Amino acid sequence: MYKNIMVPVDLAHESRLEKALATAADLGRHYGAEIHLIGVTGVTPGAVGHTPEEYKRTLEEFADRLSREKGVGFQAHAEVSHDPAVELDKIIERKSEEIGVDLVIMASHVPGFVDRFVRSNAGYLVEHSSISVFVVRG
Amino acid sequence: MTDHVDTSIEEAPDAIETEYHIGQDNITPFGLDIHNPVFMISSISIVAFVILTLMFQDSASEFFVWLRDFLTQNFDWFFLSAGNIFVLFCIVLMVSPLGKIRLGGPDAKPDYTYMGWFAMLFAAGMGIGLMFFGVSEPISHFNSSLGGTALEGGARTDWAPLGAAAGDAAAARDLGMAATIYHWALHPWAIYAVVALSLAFFSFNRGLPLTLRSSFYPLLGERVWGWWGHIIDTVAVFATLFGLATSLGFGTQQALAGMNYLFGWSTGDFAKVLLIAVITAIALISVLRGLDGGVKLLSEVNIAMAALLLIFVMIIGPTGDIFSAIISGGVAYAREIIPLSMPFGREDTNFSQGWTSFYWAWWISWSPFVGMFIARVSRGRTVREFIFCVIIIPTIVCILWMGVFGGTAISQVVANASAAVKDAPLELKLFEMLRPLPLATFTSFLGIILVLVFFITSSDSGSLVIDTITAGGKTSAPVAQRVFWCTFEGVVAAVLLLVGGATALTALQAMAVSTGFPFTIVLLTMCVSLYLGLRETRKSPGA
Repeated sequence: MYKNIMVPVDLAHESRLEKALATAADLGRHYGAEIHLIGVTGVTPGAVGHTPEEYKRTLEEFADRLSREKGVGFQAHAEVSHDPAVELDKIIERKSEEIGVDLVIMASHVPGFVDRFVRSNAGYLVEHSSISVFVVRG
Repeated sequence: MTDHVDTSIEEAPDAIETEYHIGQDNITPFGLDIHNPVFMISSISIVAFVILTLMFQDSASEFFVWLRDFLTQNFDWFFLSAGNIFVLFCIVLMVSPLGKIRLGGPDAKPDYTYMGWFAMLFAAGMGIGLMFFGVSEPISHFNSSLGGTALEGGARTDWAPLGAAAGDAAAARDLGMAATIYHWALHPWAIYAVVALSLAFFSFNRGLPLTLRSSFYPLLGERVWGWWGHIIDTVAVFATLFGLATSLGFGTQQALAGMNYLFGWSTGDFAKVLLIAVITAIALISVLRGLDGGVKLLSEVNIAMAALLLIFVMIIGPTGDIFSAIISGGVAYAREIIPLSMPFGREDTNFSQGWTSFYWAWWISWSPFVGMFIARVSRGRTVREFIFCVIIIPTIVCILWMGVFGGTAISQVVANASAAVKDAPLELKLFEMLRPLPLATFTSFLGIILVLVFFITSSDSGSLVIDTITAGGKTSAPVAQRVFWCTFEGVVAAVLLLVGGATALTALQAMAVSTGFPFTIVLLTMCVSLYLGLRETRKSPGA
């Protein structure tokens, strides 16, 4: 039923992603779907990487590690934004269309994440695209 | 608390190795993401300062005005020397081999086009002052120069720059233009460039968070993450917020005076609050749309409108006089820059202390804000390109701007000694200058809109800067935080204006300008840090 599942990730809060990632892995295995991790970074140094390049490598390593651990394919998509806090929802929408995503799974329990995903992103995606959205709570 | 991904991979080649993780001191109440001491201390002490100033208005005003005058009068040599050091430092960097270093590493691509980049730095850097002082300052210096020198008890009592130009209108005009350009061109932009370049370098090349304390890493080491850093960042937030809020307060009065003059609108309390609310609301929309969709867009609109007004006045105004003011003003600037910037042995103390020293303190107190903002949008430029575009191009633009607006005003005064522009209050000088010209209603209206847009572009970029500093250098903090700072600035301006009026605004503005003194020391230290950092990068392989 699903071919491409997208999981938006904030690597600064990795532990709070566990449930969403486990859900994505299970569904991925079940449907034989590819899982796409999308992370958005600013150009200034952040908690995850000093540069956008370093952020990208970190996300790729994270995806590789998950692929090994969960036995299902995780791909990394690092996107660079001048202002991640406001551009996040548009980037996720654009990227999901580019990849041809049919299900978005998001974690909702991370502080800050709440603002970013539930109020703007999950809501934004539900309103603006025809993709199914699965919000995973704590 | 935040948890971190263990980055076992190698770090950026040139990154400073520090134990500090960006965001490690942040706390996350209510889904926010704020730097623990800096956010709390700065927001609480800002509220406390506002309340105390309003309770003890007269003594607060007396004290801060005394402090400002004490600093600018007794340390005039210090401000003037520091200003010269910043200009020389930048020029040396620009022509030295260090100028080849690219912000963001050798492979970084510029984040913005020249136009977008330049629009943002100009809108944040000069802003509303250009509108009011572009007309009034050349006239002031022209008048005082024409009046000649006056001695009393061995000291000069006149306000003329240098040796004045008694009775010689052409020489007085050139001296007036040179003095004005001196206050708006190389020196202020070099001040901004020092801050912006150090922040950009230590952030994009060395991997430190985008906040003021980072540029002290080479000197203070790990201590910058402790109280030393908290103090530097907090004072920066303080200077920025009070600088913005008091300008917004004063500017509201000036803009309303203009609207009253043009359209007969009321200047009462309701109008003041309404105007602040409108400016803040548009700034809020801008920060919610983000750096590219809001701040950059408005800056471009702003610069396009300013260019339109400039060209328009150039054509419909006394074009010949304007060109002559631009050219001979520029030449006079080049000729007088050394005497004007002499820190010692000045006889024109009213001018050098009351104007220059005050201006330097003022620009320096704005430098954390403007410097941080310029830094954020300058990734991908080389040091040489950066300095050229942040210092040389604005200098040319300032010569043009002052030539057009000041030149027109001076030519009106020369033609008619009782021209309205001469004695009009500061906020009306622009409109009195435009009135005798064709299409005055249109140009005045454009002028008023420009004043408002300049406010909005300061307010939105200022909110982003304060948000970043109070989030420990994170530019990805939740949107609610920038909404808070943007609203807070509007509220502080409205409260000061309504409850305190001009006394409270003067008090806190004097306080903000006084922070220029400690920040001068901060900026001089930055020059040393930046030089050491750049030299290290230049030597390291692969850079």
